[in-house]
Amino acid sequence: MFVRTAILVLKKDLAIEVKTLEIVMTTLFFAVACVLVFSFAFVREGQAPPDAAPAILWIAVAFSGTLALGRTFERERYSETLRALLLAPAPRPALYVGKLLGMIVLLALDELVLVPLIAFLFGAPMFARPLFLLLFLAAGTLAFAAVGTLFAAMLIRSRTRDVLLPILLYPITVPVIICGVRGTAALLSSPVDEPTATMWLAILIAMDVVFVTLSLWTFEPLMSE
Amino acid sequence: MRSTPTTRVRSRPIAPGSRPDVDTFDFQSVQLADVSRHFGRRRALSRVSLTLNGGDIVGLLGPNGAGKSTMIGLLATLAIPTSGEVRYGGRTAKEAGASLRQRIGLLAHELYLYPELSARQNLTFFADLYGLDSQTLVPAALERAGLADRADDDVHGFSRGMRQRLALERALIHNPRLVLFDEPFTGLDDSAVSIVSQRLRTLAASGSIVVVATHDLDIADGLVTRVALVREGKLLADEPSAGGLRSRYRSAIGAA
Repeated sequence: MFVRTAILVLKKDLAIEVKTLEIVMTTLFFAVACVLVFSFAFVREGQAPPDAAPAILWIAVAFSGTLALGRTFERERYSETLRALLLAPAPRPALYVGKLLGMIVLLALDELVLVPLIAFLFGAPMFARPLFLLLFLAAGTLAFAAVGTLFAAMLIRSRTRDVLLPILLYPITVPVIICGVRGTAALLSSPVDEPTATMWLAILIAMDVVFVTLSLWTFEPLMSE
Repeated sequence: MRSTPTTRVRSRPIAPGSRPDVDTFDFQSVQLADVSRHFGRRRALSRVSLTLNGGDIVGLLGPNGAGKSTMIGLLATLAIPTSGEVRYGGRTAKEAGASLRQRIGLLAHELYLYPELSARQNLTFFADLYGLDSQTLVPAALERAGLADRADDDVHGFSRGMRQRLALERALIHNPRLVLFDEPFTGLDDSAVSIVSQRLRTLAASGSIVVVATHDLDIADGLVTRVALVREGKLLADEPSAGGLRSRYRSAIGAA
């Protein structure tokens, strides 16, 4: 029941996105524009400052993720469909997991474009350790989306949700972004600083466990009016 | 009040084609006992006590801001009382959990439909969410809504009346025991109103508890079997409907 509900919510969100392409296009254009502007600012004669690429990658992911969070829950607010979801005889944390998976898929699509773009524009060896990079992106995206999905759902009935979301989200997720930046920088260094990258990855995974557990635990009481 | 019979059943037919993978329970009545709901300093409902029985069509009447939608939200388990309790056949919403939600159907001001999805996609999603056999139920629901030929059109292109009919089918697709309708006649033409009214009578005849919050006293007069009049969060009257609703409303609430 839990898994089936989460998959149903995910499939529904993806069906809407396939029809409208609204969030994918908005976040992609935003993220690509962000990377392009930074590349014009920082890259001189084909050389980017050290560690600029990981910082820009994670900033682009965080900003476009915030944009996606706002839009995806605006859809549930528009016809109050979140109330219909909460009324269903499904475990409420499963609804959270479904929305979270939808966010992760959207951010993964962004990252699919961002990583090669940054590798090209900044001359960064993004694919030196592809599996390691994949783990970093997966762990960082999960931590960011886990907190973001909870806060966006919580703020759905607030009139000032667009203002409150970044105010609540960034103080909690800045450590995630810092871990992502430092870990990815260790991966991109030459030679690859594997012990440092492993340490940051372990911290990110620990954050995943904490954020997902807390979100699953608090989603139902936070959603009750 | 707490001794109202409660029957835990897994075998009771919930809806045609259903897959009862949620442990469900049945109830014959719902009791609001001294229920209050406050939003900050605003008292949306104050110490309301009311019993709703199977077969009733209860008209929840009152002016704007009287507390009708708050009461519907409380009955739907979407809101928690500030004090007092709502019991469904002797169990609270917290005790019954998901198995109670399986038995509640809600149609509110907002229609709870995804405008980007088609009529068929909307009904299929909600049928699947309730663990029902969408392959069987959805075509029949589309037929009842008169939308079989528009089944694959996106909902954002529908008129208000078409959306309302679709939302009605969404709310009733799982054959709920407790049916909560907040302004169900909005945007419906005369023939649709009579179809919806007949549907509510059929639901009540089958033992469902039907609660209709409406401002349309003329429609309510011929439909409801009991009237609950609310104003400023207080229950002013709870009595059998016996015609002359407009004059009773006027004397209890004011001009109508």
